[in-house]
Amino acid sequence: MTGQPLPPPDAPVAGQGDAKGTSPGPTTLRPVRPRWRETLGLLARNPTAATATLVLIGIILMSVFDETLAPQGPNEIDVADRLQSPSWSHPFGTDDLGRDILSRVILGAGVSLRVGFLAVGIALVIGTLIGLLAGFYGRWVDDVLMRIMDMFFAFPAVLLAIAILAVRGPGSGNTALAIGIVYIPIFARVTRASVLGVREEVYVRASRSVGASDLRLLTRHVLPNAAPPIIVQTSISLAFAVLAEAALSFLGLGTQPPSPSWGLMLAEGRGFIDLAWWLAFFPGMAIFLTVLCFNLLGDGLRDVLDPKQRTLMAGGGR
Amino acid sequence: MTAGAPPVLEVEDLRVRLRTPRGPADVVNGLSYTVGAGETVAVVGESGSGKSVSVLALLGLLPARVATVTGRAVLQGEDLLTMKPERLRQVRGPGAGMVFQDPMTSLNPVLTIGRQLVEGIRAHGDVDKAAARRRAAELLAEVGLPDPEGTLDRYPHELSGGMRQRVIIAIALSNSPALLIADEATTALDVTVQAQIIDLVEKLQAERGTGVIWITHDLGVVAGIADRVLVMYGGRCVEDGTVDDVLENPVHPYTRGLLGALPDLAQPAVDGVVPDLATVPGVPPAPTDLPKGCVFWPRCPVRGDARCETEQPPLAVIGSADVALPHRAATWCLEGTSGAGSPEGGLR
Repeated sequence: MTGQPLPPPDAPVAGQGDAKGTSPGPTTLRPVRPRWRETLGLLARNPTAATATLVLIGIILMSVFDETLAPQGPNEIDVADRLQSPSWSHPFGTDDLGRDILSRVILGAGVSLRVGFLAVGIALVIGTLIGLLAGFYGRWVDDVLMRIMDMFFAFPAVLLAIAILAVRGPGSGNTALAIGIVYIPIFARVTRASVLGVREEVYVRASRSVGASDLRLLTRHVLPNAAPPIIVQTSISLAFAVLAEAALSFLGLGTQPPSPSWGLMLAEGRGFIDLAWWLAFFPGMAIFLTVLCFNLLGDGLRDVLDPKQRTLMAGGGR
Repeated sequence: MTAGAPPVLEVEDLRVRLRTPRGPADVVNGLSYTVGAGETVAVVGESGSGKSVSVLALLGLLPARVATVTGRAVLQGEDLLTMKPERLRQVRGPGAGMVFQDPMTSLNPVLTIGRQLVEGIRAHGDVDKAAARRRAAELLAEVGLPDPEGTLDRYPHELSGGMRQRVIIAIALSNSPALLIADEATTALDVTVQAQIIDLVEKLQAERGTGVIWITHDLGVVAGIADRVLVMYGGRCVEDGTVDDVLENPVHPYTRGLLGALPDLAQPAVDGVVPDLATVPGVPPAPTDLPKGCVFWPRCPVRGDARCETEQPPLAVIGSADVALPHRAATWCLEGTSGAGSPEGGLR
């Protein structure tokens, strides 16, 4: 019925029996390897994801040690040196007020990442919880929660963010909150859709049939199996949150000048694009690199978290 | 079954109605049976006859948003159908374990075998992780898996279908249930594995005195494992009795049809031509649109009584009623059969 020939039950599946590289003889008790360490180990073997992770760690470290790394302060104005093209003294050039772009890119990393992580963190936690409950319990829980989500979704995202910022005032903390709230329905929908499929799986019913509680079903069976699309959504949303922060800053609602945010710098550099391309180019590249790395990491994570792929990778190093 | 001992499970007038887009569907219509300790009851019938739904309903595993279950199902003195949800959760496992049809989908793909076994053990009673793990390894050894310790750390996809079904049986048995429900437990497995699984269940049943409900549409399996047989059609029991009574001396036209549809390898080809398999013409009735009279009437080759079209025949005792397990059938066609040829002829 499965279409694949079944080997004798006592023999392990050909080629998979010792698929785990660490598999010892049948009698020794194998120490349980922590799952997170295995995940990291597998991620390290995926060259794309590993590179992306290293770059992201570099960007995060840069944002932590920004004061030490930046050659100048973010707002040191030197009108004599304005609009200098990249050179040894100013590797990324200077802007219209003579501020060092390299310093501002380094110092802007913290602002952009903080807003991105905070926003996605808010959306991920609340959105996933809502989607999980709506999808698992269905009926009126589903109706109530998802109709509220629909209301949020009905507003254009930027308009909703502007409204939230108009109420709470501009600033990077409120920007993160606004972006987070705007992204909640996306996570709720992705989670719910995934949960609806997983909820009907036989193993959920089987687990219920041995007396597992709802909490256990949700955390052990439904959420892990529903997670891959959520993980991918997280990486994409991180990228979009960095972009959204840029957009809101551009509109004057996000980070306020003269604070260095990549989005704000991009917006400010727009006016000089044909005169001094480096004003917009370097912050743009910083956004691009960060967004790209988040996406690649998301792809890698998705592969690594799939147990089938996991065994293949752990066994053959493929 | 030991006479006098109270049955493990007593089902009385079980009815399940599902809400469907095409209106209410009566999937199970007044099913009554008992399962004694150490007894195996086989429930047979076509796809859609309500076999699986009837047992899922017992354990409250049907989604409440679509299913309405009525009747009584007394497991060890407690009615499963009126139980509080928390009590029902406690009963699932130690009271009744369930083995599902498809070993490919009944295990959570992201958890190791060990975690899934330990979960069932720790859901009932205060067992620490190490002890639960040892118990899990014992269970795997008990169901005949080689290298139980190693298997604990494997993921389901690393095991073959037969191995997985053994794991699922181990999970179902992990709390020593009084009742084991096997829903087409061997249907997805090839014949040799199937025989091993059946032997395993029989062995464990003999050791523990577990009552077993074995749902299948494979009459060969029924003959091998069952003490009593319950034939379901259109959500009803149309015939029940001991395995000998029902298989050797079937009364209901549907049971006869089922038995007639079995290929007979011993039957020689006539002039090199293997005779066609007998079939029961037609399809089972849609549960949204059950026939007014006897559920089997639209497909019945006999239709031996005028009442068949308008009235559902009750389950009536055939032969002696004084035995422990009377042979019963829901048909009026006892007399009519003589006119339709000899009862045995052409069916076996």
